[in-house]
Amino acid sequence: MLDEDLKADLQKRGIFVASFEDLYNWGRKNSLWPLQFGLACCAIEMIATAAARFDMARFGAEVFRPSPRQADLMIIAGTVTKKMAPLVVRLYNQMPEPKYVIAMGACAISGGPFKEGYNVLKGIDRYIPVDVAIPGCPPRPEALLEGLIKLQEKIEGQRLFGPHRARHADTSDAAEYPVPAYGAHDLEPPLNPRIFQPKPARRDGE
Amino acid sequence: MNEVLEAIRAALPSAGVELLTNPGPSAQHSLLVRPEDAREVAEFLRDSLGFDFCSNVTGVDWLPRKVKETVVRRETAEGIATDVKETVEREIPGFLEAVYHLYSIAKKSGPLTLRVRTGNREADVSVPSLTPVWKSADFQEREAYDLFGIRFDGHPDLRRILMWDEFSDHPMRKDYVAPDDCEYEPTPHDEILARVKARTEAA
Repeated sequence: MLDEDLKADLQKRGIFVASFEDLYNWGRKNSLWPLQFGLACCAIEMIATAAARFDMARFGAEVFRPSPRQADLMIIAGTVTKKMAPLVVRLYNQMPEPKYVIAMGACAISGGPFKEGYNVLKGIDRYIPVDVAIPGCPPRPEALLEGLIKLQEKIEGQRLFGPHRARHADTSDAAEYPVPAYGAHDLEPPLNPRIFQPKPARRDGE
Repeated sequence: MNEVLEAIRAALPSAGVELLTNPGPSAQHSLLVRPEDAREVAEFLRDSLGFDFCSNVTGVDWLPRKVKETVVRRETAEGIATDVKETVEREIPGFLEAVYHLYSIAKKSGPLTLRVRTGNREADVSVPSLTPVWKSADFQEREAYDLFGIRFDGHPDLRRILMWDEFSDHPMRKDYVAPDDCEYEPTPHDEILARVKARTEAA
């Protein structure tokens, strides 16, 4: 690791020193290609974010790809119904590493207003790992941009080597998550215990 | 509404049609048709009375319920007749109901509410499909089948439309219980609190 003081000192003299990791992450964070799909009303805000007024191209993320094979970022924009959840997990599995997930809006995070309904998944984080969660119903385009910037910060800080390396750099971890099956009463299994542990329900003071 | 009822009774004297009045301020009365006569009545409504558009089909789940009625009984004791008021409980068995909202584009009238009831909620859940009469009932009868479990005999393609094919419940029925996974509530209360406590004790 390069000493930060030395780096700053050299930069003042017009010499730019960077590690391979920094350059690699700088390139990655400024060319995030989202997967082009929307699930509900949040998708309208996502479209507005990509359009001229908010212009996601300013952050290098305007290239919406209609194929998971060419996408880096999955924006879960809207309510994930139980009928749709296996397809979302399958699309995630089909994306190449490194890949990231933004859960956009209350429904994608927790089921939102439909949480106790019979047909809505109580948050996509039950099946796939979520990097950034954006609350709102739906979130404003500014909020989605803020979430994108947060994701860029996360990518910038990811290590590629060593014990604290990012998930995608760890070849021992196959980033495939089991696709739930349609059951007689619910999805089976109702959550992936490897990535989602329900919090104990309790009242304060109990 | 009454003219429609009289026209049906005049043309189809054997059909069992009765008027269900709505006592509320909306006064949305409806026609109750026996399942075996529904197809015939529907065709008469479309062809002779001009109800050419079926805008809505839905279902209602009626649980078995008890009604209390006050009955006056005349008793004679020691030669003196007295009126005794008695409260009698009567049980109405449960049934499912398909509701059709009909309009006439030609006559600019409507809606006419048509109701068809099944025999019970468990085994006899069939009513005749009115999709052959009004094509627009197709998807909505499938929805009523999916969510209420009403079987529409004669429907060209009776499959689930919203839930997946492997699903076995009918979620809009009043006794439907969603799969229990209330694993996190910030402030559980009432029924959810009881479920959470039962789960904690079981674990």
